[in-house]
Amino acid sequence: MENIISLKNIIVEFEEGEKILKNISLDIKDKEFVTFLGPSGCGKTTTLRIIAGFLEPTSGDVFFDGQRINSLPPHKRNVNTVFQRYALFPHLNVYENIAFGLRVKKVPEKEIVNRVGEMLELVNLKGFEKRSVNRLSGGQQQRVAIARALVNRPKVLLLDEPLGALDLKLRKEMQIELRKIQQELELTFVYVTHDQEEALTMSDSIVVMNNGYIQQIGTPTDIYNEPINAFVADFIGESNIISGIMPQDCVAEFAGNRFECVDKGFAPNERVDVVIRPEDVKIIPADKAKLTGIVESVVFKGVHYEMIVDGVDHKWMIHSTKAEPAGAMIGMTFAPFDIHIMKKAEENAE
Amino acid sequence: MKPKYFSAPYLVWMIVFILVPLLMIAYFAFTTDGGAFTIKHVSDVGQYANIFVRSIWLSLIATAICLVVAYPVAFILSRMEKHKQGTMLMIVMLPMWMNFLLRTYAWMTLLGNNGLINHLLGMIGFEPLKMINTSGAVVLGMVYNYLPFMILPLYSVMVKIDNSLFEAASDLGCNSASTLFRVVVPLSMPGITSGITMVFVPAISTFIISRMLGGGSNLLIGDLIEMQFLGNAYNPHLGAAISLVLMVIILVIMTVMNQFDPDDQVLM
Repeated sequence: MENIISLKNIIVEFEEGEKILKNISLDIKDKEFVTFLGPSGCGKTTTLRIIAGFLEPTSGDVFFDGQRINSLPPHKRNVNTVFQRYALFPHLNVYENIAFGLRVKKVPEKEIVNRVGEMLELVNLKGFEKRSVNRLSGGQQQRVAIARALVNRPKVLLLDEPLGALDLKLRKEMQIELRKIQQELELTFVYVTHDQEEALTMSDSIVVMNNGYIQQIGTPTDIYNEPINAFVADFIGESNIISGIMPQDCVAEFAGNRFECVDKGFAPNERVDVVIRPEDVKIIPADKAKLTGIVESVVFKGVHYEMIVDGVDHKWMIHSTKAEPAGAMIGMTFAPFDIHIMKKAEENAE
Repeated sequence: MKPKYFSAPYLVWMIVFILVPLLMIAYFAFTTDGGAFTIKHVSDVGQYANIFVRSIWLSLIATAICLVVAYPVAFILSRMEKHKQGTMLMIVMLPMWMNFLLRTYAWMTLLGNNGLINHLLGMIGFEPLKMINTSGAVVLGMVYNYLPFMILPLYSVMVKIDNSLFEAASDLGCNSASTLFRVVVPLSMPGITSGITMVFVPAISTFIISRMLGGGSNLLIGDLIEMQFLGNAYNPHLGAAISLVLMVIILVIMTVMNQFDPDDQVLM
């Protein structure tokens, strides 16, 4: 697969000297569903706006299909955007909103009718042509916004937190629908979200961002199972993050004990972050365990119980289908491959 | 339904100060001094057709100039940072805090044959221009006095247009010009119609501006009406008839105008 978009050493600095993006390099492959994931203010929307052309990077280069497009205005780019709050034109009805881009390009009327009709079918809005966009539900407005962008047959569709305003059930439906549209039309989607579950569900590839840097790029499975640092581990799902050291390969020392693990390649006695997923912590009788703690709280979460356990120097989060009563003394254990050792986040950031 | 009664004072106000005077104007227009019914006064209005045409023409020109000047001003204003908008709006409003007569007198001294502008022109070797007592001066006076009434309604509509709509338009292939005509103009249409109304209506019935800047040769409907009530030509019946005809003309023009207001448009 070819790279359709390449960002090379992008830096964005606002007038006040505030750096939003601090050297971003990234390749997006053709027909790929890429998600920019990160907390608010991490630079993910800024990166999207650079691809759309609303923002010119302070330094660095943007390539589209091999062409440098740094200062090409948005209306000359072969990308379209689905905006965060849809940005539908309130003076136009559903049909005219979708037809907008085609009318600007002076596409013949007959073709407009066909293409808008196709789009209405694709997003399930047949029969709504003459409806004012102000009288649509959030989900319907969302579909109009998607149709309005896709009708132009862009090579790349940019989506800026498009499902943020919808309720949970509708959001899940739209996630599946968007993924389906992307695969059917064989387009490149660049999707921005702060919702890790959404990113894991939809993407071919996830770009985790924080603080103007790319933290990790990888498939959803890679990112979840092999987070590169404590930030990614924490952001992509609930995690226990404990400071420790690596006395030698395959041995980690944390929480007052030595544990067998599978990670190698750290300097002797290097300080590290140890990440253990809450669902990987097994509860065993206290007298058989290296690690013990007192259950502080138990919350029912539907599929599992979430327990906070007060250990010696760390409060552990445990997800388990069986609950232990608050106040009980329990033992905890985990398999060597469930212990993820990471370089300290501070050393990673700059 | 109690809250309904709160509108009672306004209802009384409307009857006493709007409805009754209107009926009185109609009564005067259609009666003689003795109180007998006549259509003589209304038919006499036809003699002043040239003044009507001049009034409508000059106010249309003034309204058009106001629109062309105010539109970019209002747009730039609406895109400024919020705290700057307040200051700029105040500057727009500032002339309105000064007395209307004083403002128009100021223009008299500026435009006069021996006025400031001609004085300056003379200093750099130009012949003096005849500016005062021309229809151009009347239009200038109208534009100057009524411009804020065009800027404010335009601004208040434009400030509600979200920036993301401009980005969406640009994303969908619009350059600046097509964004203007496909997005900004249609969305600011309510501001355009109310701005035109707020400038055209006072302009067509003004008499001070034409008297002070237009001299005797640029008589407008307002002057004509004033002469019937206060001047030598004293004839309140004719004055009432002229007012009535003017009202009908404005009503017709406004009805045509409102056809362009998207809120009244039949949805396609």
